[in-house]
Amino acid sequence: MACAVEFERVARHFGEVRAVDGVDLAIPEGAFFAMLGPSGSGKTTCLRLISGFDQPTAGHIRIFGEAVEGVPPNRRSVNTVFQDYALFPHLDVRDNVAYGPMVRGVPKAERHRAAEEMLALVKLSGYGDRKPGQLSGGQRQRVALARALVNRPRVLLLDEPLGALDLKLREAMQDELKALQTRLGITFVFVTHDQGEALSMADTVAVFTEGRIAQVGTPSEIYERPRTRFVADFVGSSNVLPPEVAARFGAGPAWASLRPEALRLTAPGGAIEGRVTATRYLGAGTRVGIDIGGVELTALTPAGSPVPAPGERVGLAWAPEALHLMEPGQ
Amino acid sequence: MTVAAAPPSAPLDRLSDLFWRRPRILLALLLAPPLLWLGIVYLGALFALLAQSFFSIDEFSGVIDRSFTLKTYAELLRPANLDIIVRTVLMAAAVSLASIAIAFPIAYFAARHARGRWKAAFYLCVMLPLWSSYLVKIYAWKMILAKEGIVSWAAAGLHLGWLLDGILGLPVIGGPSLSISYIGTFLVFVYVWLPFMILPMQAALERVPATLLEASADLGAGAGQTFRHVILPLAIPGIVAGSIFTFSLTLGDYIVPQIIGNSANFIGMAVYQQQGTAGNIPLAAAFAVVPIVIMMAYLWFAKRMGAFDAL
Amino acid sequence: MRSDRAPLGLAVAAAGGLLFLLAPLALIFLYAFTTDERSYTFPPPGLTTKWLAVAWGRQDVWDALGLSLRVASLATVIALVLGTLCAAAMVRTRFFGRDAISLLVVLPIALPGIITGISLRSAFSLMDIPFSTWTIVLGHATFCIVVVYNNAVARFRRLSGSLLEASADLGANGFQTFRHVVLPNIGTALLAGGMLAFALSFDEVIVTTFTAGQQATLPIWMLEELVRPRQRPVTNVVAMAVVLVTLLPILAAYSLTRGGDDVAGGGK
Repeated sequence: MACAVEFERVARHFGEVRAVDGVDLAIPEGAFFAMLGPSGSGKTTCLRLISGFDQPTAGHIRIFGEAVEGVPPNRRSVNTVFQDYALFPHLDVRDNVAYGPMVRGVPKAERHRAAEEMLALVKLSGYGDRKPGQLSGGQRQRVALARALVNRPRVLLLDEPLGALDLKLREAMQDELKALQTRLGITFVFVTHDQGEALSMADTVAVFTEGRIAQVGTPSEIYERPRTRFVADFVGSSNVLPPEVAARFGAGPAWASLRPEALRLTAPGGAIEGRVTATRYLGAGTRVGIDIGGVELTALTPAGSPVPAPGERVGLAWAPEALHLMEPGQ
Repeated sequence: MTVAAAPPSAPLDRLSDLFWRRPRILLALLLAPPLLWLGIVYLGALFALLAQSFFSIDEFSGVIDRSFTLKTYAELLRPANLDIIVRTVLMAAAVSLASIAIAFPIAYFAARHARGRWKAAFYLCVMLPLWSSYLVKIYAWKMILAKEGIVSWAAAGLHLGWLLDGILGLPVIGGPSLSISYIGTFLVFVYVWLPFMILPMQAALERVPATLLEASADLGAGAGQTFRHVILPLAIPGIVAGSIFTFSLTLGDYIVPQIIGNSANFIGMAVYQQQGTAGNIPLAAAFAVVPIVIMMAYLWFAKRMGAFDAL
Repeated sequence: MRSDRAPLGLAVAAAGGLLFLLAPLALIFLYAFTTDERSYTFPPPGLTTKWLAVAWGRQDVWDALGLSLRVASLATVIALVLGTLCAAAMVRTRFFGRDAISLLVVLPIALPGIITGISLRSAFSLMDIPFSTWTIVLGHATFCIVVVYNNAVARFRRLSGSLLEASADLGANGFQTFRHVVLPNIGTALLAGGMLAFALSFDEVIVTTFTAGQQATLPIWMLEELVRPRQRPVTNVVAMAVVLVTLLPILAAYSLTRGGDDVAGGGK
């Protein structure tokens, strides 16, 4: 399988600030790839390096094997869905979508037909005559999507595409984006700070921090086997156990991560026990804080199971394989 | 498209690439024409003026002697010329103060009490006189202030003729009729520059957030105290900005005193006369430098008071 | 902004101020129809429309009008080009000397007109340039640049950077982006700036007296009539026409740029 996008030791410095600090990346063709990280971690800069709106200070970037240094954004076969959608306010929806073909010289009838096809694909048939100002946020996002896809890019970049939508709409759009990508087979690269989004949509996730990639893997790898403390903390919540505590759990003297839902509450007695500090009702479950002597852990009990009261003593049980050792010094 | 990147096709494409690779070239190309124009035409002329002020004129032959000298500036210190300068500065100050007093209620009302349609109406009412012909406005006042004009007619009708005569009888600023007196000149200046004072004031007053006023009231201040301690200090940059216009415009104007006044000289008129029939361009230049210097000092002072935030 | 009623005194003062601003213009219109040819008696002894025909017949009025229109058109075109170029350069990038250039653009209008006038006059005399239509245009274009510049900058600022990126992302080169995205979005601001520049040039008299030599634009004609009047009501008729002619572009410019602080003529 060809490599859609390759980063080789790419760096982007702004004077003292290292926005991207030595990133190696290989995005396979046809992947739904997520770049996840907090703001300032370099993920958006990497996206702009691919689209061409920024230039690397060092390293090489290749798109389908061809180096793209010195190639301006308008000549890369890459299209972007911008965070603010960037729809042209003076053009109607149809002309917005037909913009790419228009600048390439495609005749009017043909490009309008292609635009209508795309609008049907994003379920906005009949909206061609409206202006962007008359659309809702979700509709604008779909127009932006159609406008990018009509050019048949080899890679589609999405910059925090769902950030401006409310929860219900966001979840619906996640499903639609996933279905669209599967159907079209185009490589999708999207940037987000929402780990839930990354886990549910992507087939590969790269977690960014401070200009570097902390871990690349499938969503389950990232979640269940985080390599570093940062990843364990950022992706879902986790119990991060320092080496001494991990030893009590029977693992080697190294930092370990244990997901709250992997901890089961039992009667006191047994290898590890502690006292309940607080409980928080979440609907689908209850978060229980437990003090095991110096360290506070969090357990997630599913709805329906009995919830201990604060102050009670409880025992802990866990599956050994749920305890994941992380790399030292992270 | 089967390749990752399409090659450039037309010469425009190549040019566009060049601008993308080297944005400074585009910047230079954009800036060159306006900067060349302004630099050569405007700055060049200003320096020519400055240069001329250091030349002198031979009083008898009328030939301009192009050697460096401070003689022409020394001429400015002659009592007659000093008179002109002082007179102009005093008029500029008086006009500025009066403009502030008259503009403030209008600006305050427009900023804080006018809503929606009324705001637009206010804006138009202020912009209209601003943009209608300068000469037309002066001309209108010449008619109004003429001895047989509307002011006299109104005064007579209201039996205030004695008041009018009393005003005209005042020493120095009075005269045979309103249109031939300092008072007349003063009135017209105020009228013509008033919109320039209203607009920055209104802008500054609008920028006072309503929450500040609410906080002031919440802390116990009455309306007058809020005005004095909160609104006024925040409006001062707008006032100073407006006064820059009124002061500067009065300093340099030569048409108003010519048409409405007792033919006493102001700086502007002196400049016009000297470069006209007298052909004494060095002296005209020297006179012209005076408002420049005064305004530079004024602008520096205004900048310290934060007036440029209001512009 | 409070919506409570204004104190009565304030409202009266404000209304009085506005009346003060607008009344003189009304009088001009009135005096265009007076029968008294020699003075400004109020109330006018009688009303007639004959002065309209007289003004129509005066060749000097037409000559002056023609010159004013030519000068204003040329100055506006030059100011449009230079002002837009400058605004485009100043808006996006930060570079050394940016503040100085801002000041330079504003200077022709910030310093009193007499300075600009006499500077140009002394430059012409130093370089032995004879007076012509072009010497007038030179002066007018210089102070009209800032009017176009202010309007263009205000609109450029409202143009979101991501629109330009989107256009490039979709395959447009710089020129196509300018034609299809930038121009449609700043077009009305340029139009407004151009109209304001036209009105400014049409009305200008101070700088013009220094750069016109023996020629007369309409304001110069009016100035001469003010000092040495021939038929006073004719001057009023011309004044009335000038007010109307400059009013239309101003109103048009206002409606084109409403919805922002775009009508930035700055000072005059």
